[in-house]
Amino acid sequence: MALKLSPAVLILIATVLIVVLPGLVLPSPYYYRVGALVFISALAVIGLNLLMGYAGQVSLGHAGFFAIGAYGTAILPAQLGWPPLLAAATGVVLAAALAFAIGRPILRLRGQHLAVATLGIGMLITMVLNAEVAITGGPDGMAVARATVFGFKLRAPETWYWISGGLLILGVVAALNLLNSPTGRALRALHDSEVAAEVLGIDVTRYKLVVFVAASVYAAVAGAALALFSGHVTPDVGSFLRSVEFVTMAVIGGLGSILGSIVGAAVLVILPQVLTVFQEYETLVLGVMIILFMIFLRGGIVPGLAARLTARLTP
Amino acid sequence: MDDLSGSNVMADFVQFAMSGLTVGAVYALVALGFTLIYNASSVVNFAQGEFVMLGGMATVFLAALGLPIPLAALAAVAVAVVTGLLVHTLVIEPARGANAVTLIILTIGVSLVLRGAAPLVFDKQFHKLPGFSGEEPVSLLGALVQPQAFWVVGGTAVIVLALKVFLAHTLFGKAVLATAADRMAARLSGINTSVIVGFCFAMSAAIGAIAGILVTPITLTSYDVGVILSLKGFAAAVLGGIGNPLGAVAGGLLLGLLESFAAGYLSSTYKDAVAFAILIAVLIVMPGGLARVKHVERV
Repeated sequence: MALKLSPAVLILIATVLIVVLPGLVLPSPYYYRVGALVFISALAVIGLNLLMGYAGQVSLGHAGFFAIGAYGTAILPAQLGWPPLLAAATGVVLAAALAFAIGRPILRLRGQHLAVATLGIGMLITMVLNAEVAITGGPDGMAVARATVFGFKLRAPETWYWISGGLLILGVVAALNLLNSPTGRALRALHDSEVAAEVLGIDVTRYKLVVFVAASVYAAVAGAALALFSGHVTPDVGSFLRSVEFVTMAVIGGLGSILGSIVGAAVLVILPQVLTVFQEYETLVLGVMIILFMIFLRGGIVPGLAARLTARLTP
Repeated sequence: MDDLSGSNVMADFVQFAMSGLTVGAVYALVALGFTLIYNASSVVNFAQGEFVMLGGMATVFLAALGLPIPLAALAAVAVAVVTGLLVHTLVIEPARGANAVTLIILTIGVSLVLRGAAPLVFDKQFHKLPGFSGEEPVSLLGALVQPQAFWVVGGTAVIVLALKVFLAHTLFGKAVLATAADRMAARLSGINTSVIVGFCFAMSAAIGAIAGILVTPITLTSYDVGVILSLKGFAAAVLGGIGNPLGAVAGGLLLGLLESFAAGYLSSTYKDAVAFAILIAVLIVMPGGLARVKHVERV
C-alpha cells in the first residue's frame, strides 16, 4: 500500500508525536514543566518564523508582543477583576491591535532598519512595564491569578504540559493552513524578491501586515500561556535578550521550517536546564553556541539534517 | 530653594546640556565604531558596546594589579584591540557571505560571549576610576560640572579629528575609504579588503575602549554595561544616517542631549524611552537619518 502523505501532514504528525510521546513517559513534574516551557517558546517561535523565515522580515522585538500577552493576562484580573481566560484573550487582541497599528509604517523599512525599529518597539514595551510600578509591579513583576475551568484550577505542570502541547499543535495547524493558502504563496514570493512580487501584482504591504499581525498573535498566546502557567510575570518576558532568544531559536532550528521552530525552542530551553551545573557559564555557552551554529550550520538543524538525509537516500 | 529666577533656569539648562553632551559623546564614539565596521563590511556589530565595557573594566583591574592608571588604560585599549581582531578572525571571517540577519545574530553571539566571560575574568561589582583631573566640580555658567566631563567631550573631539585626518591623508586610510565605497572595486585595485575589515574591527574596539575609560570616572562600569550602549550606539548611528561617520557623531550627541533634557524637564523614568521613541520616529519619517543617506535598491 503506497500511502503518499503531503509534507504538511507529515509535519503535523511529527508535532503530535513530539507532544504525545514524551507526555506518556516523563518521570516527574519537573520534566513536564520543562516540556511546557519548550512548547510555549516553540509557539512564539513559529510566529516569528512565519515572519522571518517565510516573509523574510526581521524582528528583534518579538518578545514585546509576548510580554503584552503575558501582562494582559496578569493585569486585567488584578486591576479589574476579569476572569483570567478572558484577560488572556484580551491580551492577545491587544497585541494584534498594536501590531496592526504600527505594522504599516514599520514594515516599509528593510533589513537593519526594520531590525532596529522592531527592537525599539520591544524596548519601549519593556520600559513601560518597568516604569508603571503601580499597575505592573515594576521590575519585580506581579502575580498572575490562576485560570479555572469548570471549577478545576489549572496549575499542575502535567496539566500545563498538555495545554501548551495542545496550543502548539493548534499553532502548527494554523501555520500550515496559512502557508498553503494564497497568502502563504504570496509571502514566499515576497521573501524571494519584494520587487518581483510587487510586479506580479501582489499587495506586498498588505501581506507583510497580515503576517506581522499573525506573528504577534502567536507571541501573545504564548505569553498568556506562560503567565497562567508560571503564576508570575516580570518585565524580563519582554526583554531584548528574550527577543534575541526567540530569533536564535528560529535560526538554530531553521528559518522557514515549522519543525525547526520546535527543535530550536527545545535546544535553547533544555540546554540551560542541563547547564545549571555551570550556571556561571550560561551566557558564555549560549553565545558560543550561537556563533558555532551560525558558522557551521547556517541553514539550521532541521533543514540541515533534511538535506543530509535526502543526499543519502538519493543515489 | 525654589527660586525660579533667570539664572537658575540658565544653570539648569547648562547642567542638562553638559550631562547630555557627556553621555552623548560616549554614544557618538560607539556609533562611530559601529559605522567604521558597517562601512567596511556591512556587518552591524551588536558587540560594539562590549568594547566600552572591556576598556573600563580592564583598566580598573589592571590598575588594581598595581599598574599606574595611564599604563593600565593603554594596556586595556590593547586588550580591546586584540579582542576586536579575534572577533574578526574567529567569527566574522569564517561567516563570510552570510546574510545580514545571520551576521546580526553572530555579533549578538559575540556580545553574549564577552558579557558571559567578563564576570569570570573580572567580577560582577560596579567599579569606578578616579577622575583624570580630580573630582572637584567646576562651576560653568552657574552649573556644576565634573572635570571629567571635559575629558570625555574633548577626548571624543580628538578621536573624531584624528580619525578624519587618518582617513583623508594616509594611504591606509584611503584604502579603508575605498573599501567602504566599493568592496569589489577596492579588491580589484589590489587592496586586501579582509585586512582592512580586520583593521576596522581593531580600530572600533580601540575607540570603544577609550570611550569606556574616559567615562568610567563619571558613570561607573560593570560587566553588563555593554548591551544598552550597543543599542543606543546603534540608535545614534541610525539617527545620523547609517554609514555616515559624521552623522553618527551628530546622532550620538543629539541622542545624549535629548535624553538629558527629557530626563531633566519631563520625566526621569522615561529617560531611556526617549532614545527609542525618537529612533522609531526618525526611521518612519526620514529613513535616511540626519545625513539623509539614500538607499537605492538594485533589482
